[in-house]
Amino acid sequence: MNGRRALQRGESPWLRWCLIGLALGFMLLFLVLPLLAVFTEALRMGVGAYFEALQDPYAWAAIRLTLLVAAITVPLSLVFGVAAAWAVAKFEFWGKSFLTTLIDLPFSVSPVVAGLIYVLVFGAQGWFGPWLDERGIQIIFAVPGIVLATLFITFPFIARELIPLMQAQGTEEEQAALVLGASGWQTFWRVTLPNIKWGLIYGVILCNARAMGEFGAVSVVSGHIRGLTNTMPLHVEVLYNEYQSVAAFAVASLLALLALVTLVIKTVAEWRMEREMQTLAELAPERPSSPPVYTPRTHAS
Amino acid sequence: MTTASIDLPAPEAAPPRRAQRRVLPGFHLALGYTVFYMSLIVLIPLAALILKTLSMSWADFWDAVTTPRVLASFRLSFGAAFLAAVVNAFMGLLVAWVLVRYSFPGKKVVDALVDLPFALPTAVAGIALTAILAGNGWIGQFFEPFGIQLAFNPTGVVIALIFVGLPFVVRTVQPVLQEAEKELEEAAQCLGATRWQIFWRVIFPTILPALLTGFAMAFARGVGEFGSVIFIAGNIPMVSEIAPLVIIGRLEAFDYLGATAVASVMLLFSFIMLLAINSLQAWQRRRAGDGA
Repeated sequence: MNGRRALQRGESPWLRWCLIGLALGFMLLFLVLPLLAVFTEALRMGVGAYFEALQDPYAWAAIRLTLLVAAITVPLSLVFGVAAAWAVAKFEFWGKSFLTTLIDLPFSVSPVVAGLIYVLVFGAQGWFGPWLDERGIQIIFAVPGIVLATLFITFPFIARELIPLMQAQGTEEEQAALVLGASGWQTFWRVTLPNIKWGLIYGVILCNARAMGEFGAVSVVSGHIRGLTNTMPLHVEVLYNEYQSVAAFAVASLLALLALVTLVIKTVAEWRMEREMQTLAELAPERPSSPPVYTPRTHAS
Repeated sequence: MTTASIDLPAPEAAPPRRAQRRVLPGFHLALGYTVFYMSLIVLIPLAALILKTLSMSWADFWDAVTTPRVLASFRLSFGAAFLAAVVNAFMGLLVAWVLVRYSFPGKKVVDALVDLPFALPTAVAGIALTAILAGNGWIGQFFEPFGIQLAFNPTGVVIALIFVGLPFVVRTVQPVLQEAEKELEEAAQCLGATRWQIFWRVIFPTILPALLTGFAMAFARGVGEFGSVIFIAGNIPMVSEIAPLVIIGRLEAFDYLGATAVASVMLLFSFIMLLAINSLQAWQRRRAGDGA
């Protein structure tokens, strides 16, 4: 690090501060101002109006539904993520790269398309639509559809976080545990899980943020029934389109707070994870593969 | 099992190859569950979309995706996403550069803030950007007197997509810039290269694969983006209506085939971008491998 700093005479201080200023100005304009705008608009009519807007029964119903959807989808994505990472990171098998590519799919598919595919399967004109209709089961324009669409959007988050982490850690520690007589589950709980703890927290927190904030996919399958199938982001849209600006931004401010909390936890987890990766690289110079390169986590959309 | 042809003197010292590779338990359970879950959540629904598209005749499909309104929406979605990705490639590189190479007060906070577009729900970003850029907003008011509208037109779409795509470029370029070898730069400096030459000839080629990856990710995300765009776009057909909104419009009119046709074009694009991003990342890994 010291050598790096020494070379910084490369650019003149003038140019350096220009570049810093330009970058910070850009971020202020594009990231900070929108964040500030949410809270300013929410409090435009004062604190009283703000809390009044949050006490609206429809807002409460939306908050409850959002929490319910996250409570269902995050654990399912978690189990999937751990299983997928275990298979991909610890084993070699045919079709592995195809599988990892497929896990990336929700990052490049439009959320609207993600919602549409469930309409085509479960909707009134879909594959199972008539069958479900006969039995009085409603999936589209109901909570199950919202859960399914959210599952599609969120399933890669934890898997994508764990795969590079578990790949970098290799299998030596698990093998040692097994040789010492631990069962498979014991090995997982006592050896693997502590090793991937921070990566797991990181993945869960991002997955949760997305589960609570998903808009496009949920909007297609929800039907926007107030008090029943409106999640918080959808409720924001309804209020906004009805020109209830303060109420819309009040609900939005809760989601913005969630985003800020997510960023804080994420930063802490990232910092801890980086430290663990570093000690890992220092502890095991004899590891046959090159030391784990800290892979970019850009997929976390 | 491939135990048949092992001809080592001490068989217990050389366990069968397969056992050696899969000494850890749970492979079948983990892979089985992964494939089962993905089939349920991803493959079957995607198959529904593809089969529905294949049920259309070619002429019907072509008509459905080449109406002027659909074509205009494609032009906007792809064009705005491309423009935003270009802006993000420049600004993202700049932000990554500043975060890696310079130190300044508040750097940690700025670094964390880069991920805001990942964490902030798109609908919230959408209404917040609209509030700022509308004619009476914090920024929009300065442009209003000159007759420049930032919201409710394609400009707004581009701005929203810049917001959404920024972290992709920063977060792909940043680690590569961090790993870049200082020795090469020092060597170039010793050989008398100017800072600009060093950047252009030494640093830029190293980060180019990552930069292109980030660009492609931002572009792919921008084309499909919905939540942050619809509030600011104004959604005027032929002018500021994005492709995902056309799909929703057709769904609401119960035109399932029409919606599916447009969606399948977007899905095809997603697959192409996924392949492109994958090969870019492979290129980047090869680059990193050469450098080490």
